[in-house]
Amino acid sequence: MTKAMNQQRTALNGDEAVAYAAKQSDVDVVAAFPITPQTIIVEKFSEYVANGEVQTEFVCTESEHSALAACLAASATGARTFTASASAGLALMHEMLFVASGCRAPIVMAIANRALSAPLNIHGDQSDSMAERDSGWVQIYVENAQEAYDSIIQAFRIAEDVGVSLPVIVGLDGFTLSHTLENVTVLSDDDALKFVGTRQLPNVLTHEGKSVPFKLDPENPMTMGPIALTNYYFEFKRQQEEAMKNALEMIQKVNVEYAELTGRSYGNGLVEPYRLEDAEVAVVCVGSTSGTLKTIVDALRQDGVKAGLLRLRTFRPLPVEALRSALQNVKALAVMDKSMSFGGNGGAVYHEVRHVLYDAEAHPAVVNYIYGLGGRDSSPRELRRVYEDLLRILKSGRVEKQITYLGLRE
Amino acid sequence: MSREKSWKEIAPAGVCSKSSVGFMTGDWKTYTPVRDLEKCTLCLTCVMFCPDGAIRWRPDLGKIEFDYEFCKGCGICANECPTKAIKMSLEQE
Repeated sequence: MTKAMNQQRTALNGDEAVAYAAKQSDVDVVAAFPITPQTIIVEKFSEYVANGEVQTEFVCTESEHSALAACLAASATGARTFTASASAGLALMHEMLFVASGCRAPIVMAIANRALSAPLNIHGDQSDSMAERDSGWVQIYVENAQEAYDSIIQAFRIAEDVGVSLPVIVGLDGFTLSHTLENVTVLSDDDALKFVGTRQLPNVLTHEGKSVPFKLDPENPMTMGPIALTNYYFEFKRQQEEAMKNALEMIQKVNVEYAELTGRSYGNGLVEPYRLEDAEVAVVCVGSTSGTLKTIVDALRQDGVKAGLLRLRTFRPLPVEALRSALQNVKALAVMDKSMSFGGNGGAVYHEVRHVLYDAEAHPAVVNYIYGLGGRDSSPRELRRVYEDLLRILKSGRVEKQITYLGLRE
Repeated sequence: MSREKSWKEIAPAGVCSKSSVGFMTGDWKTYTPVRDLEKCTLCLTCVMFCPDGAIRWRPDLGKIEFDYEFCKGCGICANECPTKAIKMSLEQE
């Protein structure tokens, strides 16, 4: 593939970038229900529908549960399907999330990450999608609007790969990304469509003994996901785990191909190390705060501090090998969590990164920072404090505080 | 019973590998619908209400037939029958 020369620079906020990418991906069906801070995505897409710019069947449903049910039905017929949600909307989809992944429906869903009630809060944190980490969806978190655009286009390729065939969540931090205008470089419609391609369907053996494409089709009837009890349910769940392993490969492959086309890539697609090679102190972060942390790393490096950052882009499937090899030579590590696991002794990202390092030959001291809940701002000065704490651990060889609530009034 | 397959051998998403025609759900029932031919007017209300399609109208024979291999004994037919021609019986058919 040759590099696309006719890319264009435009100004889009994160939500608009997602909608634009969905528009260019030739989506057959969008079923959605509005919720802040995702609203602009579906609003913008409905304009494309009204203007006749897309051929998409646009379904306004009465709830998010119904929205995902409609997406699942559409996807089961072989249609390319997209939706978006956030916070309480995603929580209402909870049941259907498992049905969609269990039915191996490659739906792509943008989540403008937002806090969960109560108390009610519309601002950005990652409590919503982190709470769905075991729902069988691939989860990719982006750093900026450009990556939101790129990741939606990539997500269709990943989800619809015959070996993967899983739904994908692309998470962008509410307001910080969803409502903030940025320069975004977009592909031409032709190049985007060529990259995404048409949906491929694996062949499956039906009850009639015929090998037919995996879709609901009156000519070749099949029943998806009806019932499997003690004798087969377990086997179907094991298949989903295998699909996640395949997703690990596919995300990297798509990242490489996309870089060849656009010149843009995000680490290996799974993790993005930043000045990490010889780092003694490092931070693991998911989402937009990584951008601020990069500038802090630059400043620390100028002061001669061996500081680094690892942005965890793909949270599901968890890139175990990539995390371990990137982090095992660090001496002191902080893991940032923009959500809480109440009573769980730290956040979800912390648990998993620490778990991955257990088998490393030499592993760093690992501490956890809970930050930004309910959209609480994390200033560069506060984030710099994280590195200063790590340097103190490095010097003393002692961890005094395992979990810190950054920016919380004590 | 045929050998149960491994996760590598089965279709994804719980796609049915066998037709439900061979799965005799009729043996779930406790009560069996029994029709009184004297009272039955062949209005076909029971045919329409049966959730399992286990009551069939045979226009060629001018009769209705109960398929006891698939009737689960729910009793909806007896409940809906306008002439009370169907009784649910504990006796096996």
